[in-house]
Amino acid sequence: MSDTHAQTVAYVRDTMLEPKPAPSTQTGAVKWLRDNLFSSWLNAALTVAGLLVVYLLFTHFFPWFRHSVWNADSLKECRDIITGEFGEGATGACWGVIRERWHQFMFGFYPPELYWRPVLVFVLLFVALAPILFTHLPRALLSFSAIYPLLAIWLLWGGSVWPVVMTGAGFVLGYLALKLLGNVNGIIAGIAAFAVPILFWMFAVGPIDDLLKQIVPISIQSVDSDEFGGFLLAITIGVGGIVMSLPLGIILALGRQSDMFLVKSFSVIFIEFIRGVPLITLLFVASLLLNYFLPPGTSFDIILRVMILVTLFAAAYIAEVIRGGLAALPRGQYEAADALGLDYWKAQRFIILPQALKISIPGIVSTFIGMFKDTTLVVFVGLFDPLKGIPDFIRSVFEWKGIYWEPFIFVGAIFFILNFSMSRYSMYLERKLKRDHR
Amino acid sequence: MTEPHFDREIDRSHMQVSDEVAIQIEKMNKWYGQFHVLRDIDLTVNRGERIVIAGPSGSGKSTLIRCINRLEEHQSGKIIVDGTELTSDLKNIDKVRSEVGMVFQHFNLFPHLTILENCTLAPIWVRKIPKKEAIETAMHFLEKVKIPEQAHKYPGMLSGGQQQRVAIARSLCMKPRIMLFDEPTSALDPEMIKEVLDTMIELAEEGMTMLCVTHEMGFAQAVANRVIFMDQGQIVEQNNPHDFFNNPQSDRTKLFLSQILGH
Ligand SMILES: Nc1ncnc2c1ncn2[C@@H]1O[C@H](COP(=O)(O)OP(=O)(O)O)[C@@H](O)[C@H]1O
Ligand SMILES: [Mg+2]
Repeated sequence: MSDTHAQTVAYVRDTMLEPKPAPSTQTGAVKWLRDNLFSSWLNAALTVAGLLVVYLLFTHFFPWFRHSVWNADSLKECRDIITGEFGEGATGACWGVIRERWHQFMFGFYPPELYWRPVLVFVLLFVALAPILFTHLPRALLSFSAIYPLLAIWLLWGGSVWPVVMTGAGFVLGYLALKLLGNVNGIIAGIAAFAVPILFWMFAVGPIDDLLKQIVPISIQSVDSDEFGGFLLAITIGVGGIVMSLPLGIILALGRQSDMFLVKSFSVIFIEFIRGVPLITLLFVASLLLNYFLPPGTSFDIILRVMILVTLFAAAYIAEVIRGGLAALPRGQYEAADALGLDYWKAQRFIILPQALKISIPGIVSTFIGMFKDTTLVVFVGLFDPLKGIPDFIRSVFEWKGIYWEPFIFVGAIFFILNFSMSRYSMYLERKLKRDHR
Repeated sequence: MTEPHFDREIDRSHMQVSDEVAIQIEKMNKWYGQFHVLRDIDLTVNRGERIVIAGPSGSGKSTLIRCINRLEEHQSGKIIVDGTELTSDLKNIDKVRSEVGMVFQHFNLFPHLTILENCTLAPIWVRKIPKKEAIETAMHFLEKVKIPEQAHKYPGMLSGGQQQRVAIARSLCMKPRIMLFDEPTSALDPEMIKEVLDTMIELAEEGMTMLCVTHEMGFAQAVANRVIFMDQGQIVEQNNPHDFFNNPQSDRTKLFLSQILGH
């Protein structure tokens, strides 16, 4: 008897069935569509309307993109190619303008043989930012971040190295004054830290500069501010403004919370004044009014002037964002710091600001993004911004007269990439800080 | 009210009160605007004393001990801590604060710093102790409050009782001569109260001068050598715990005790 066991057990299954997938109405695309797009009549109607809009936009713009022309040296050539290929009346994008003029979008009128300098500055920007943005990198890299601004200024504008070195020397002297006098008296040290570098720059730098220029003439070809343009200009002003407005914003935010009447009123008036005035007004102040206040004969670089006012503008907004962060901290944090004997500055530095800034990250980054986009307004004071200044210049050339959308789309795309990366970084930072502390 | 049962004999060999004065408060008054929170407070605390301050909510207990390290400013009278009078002179305030440790109801740990960093920050930046030494001290006190293994975590990862023990360790790292406690167990779940009280008892056994605002009457009976009863900004009655609980003098004290002890 070979099949005994078949009798003892009524039924034994000898092949396993594959588990069946859930019915298609419960999973995958169908379920997703149902849950998200057609969950109610209203939702379904909105979905259909949305699809219609997408369809209209697509059919409207797609041919224009499909008829793109890259290899053309003038708008007329573009149009001829499009008509030739797609028939009379066809429209198409003429990217030839970008191919031929991209360097002006990027660098303005910077001398082409010197393009390597801004490119180097841009690459080094990431080297300088890396240790600040990603805290697990070696702290020694921070010393490069500290000298980077001066290095960037020298590479961008060129000229003798000594004025830049002397500017740096002023900061070092200020720091030394703070360190040496710090043990004697905090207030004297604080005043000295400001006064020493300013006096040094005002009186000592000129003669020392002249002397060094004669003894050790190190210099590179200098580039004028009116030769800057395009994204070079936008990024220079934007990054300069960001770097300077954050510390200024912090100081203003603390000033606004201060118990000292003068400090508090100054901060409040400054912040409210700046926030009440359009940026354009400030830019006009930079280009026209500032000259009246400066001693006659001093020439004060227009980019620097604009950068300073953009900084003041952004700082006022950042101060308000940080004030929100400060207000969100429980009183207990201040009290614990006080009870441990930490003085005001130490409490701010170790306890209050790290937490307040963390809360403020999204607002700060939004302000930065807004400020970076606002740099295009410098067109109104005669600088060549990438959105209007440069395209208008290109349109004024015979070959590209009448070109309209292509520069906007190109410049818009680059702004989007830069701003989107900033926004992503801020999200990374928020997540990282959350994970670290919980 | 829960009366924690302390499972060991309390060692009183170091709990001696010396003649030396640690805190001297004379005719001290404080107002919040028009509101007279503290009225004519007179209080002398000797070194090694363990004082429990009790009283109904809003009677000014917190305000009183917060005046001792100048978290609140008093408007008249004198407060002398460890020989230093509290005036608006910042030097004196810093000096007093570095001698007086404080533990808060809501712990007030710094959430962005690790437990170890919480404990070493002030010693390094206020006391100017070398970092290595500060870490050793911090680990010593974290062991004392029985959580050395949590040193590298962040406060948010710890239970309430653990956080409060860290807060005590953080204060001790400054080697204070006086410790102030403002309802250290009021924000804790019942099962965590005992671990914090045990830590406080150990501190008392070592002879620390302590002022505790607390409703833990078991703790008061076990370690306090004086109980102070406050009401409406005044010290109404003070006595040793035995007489305070068994033979209260004023009606307000009797009422308070009957409410809190649930008789
Ligand atoms: N910052 C303040 N401003 C105004 N009134 C306050 C302030 N802090 C406390 N008070 C009031 O002072 C009184 C005493 O408060 P507190 O010392 O916290 O009492 P307790 O700790 O005994 O409950 C309360 O009536 C409280 O409302
Ligand atoms: Mg209280």
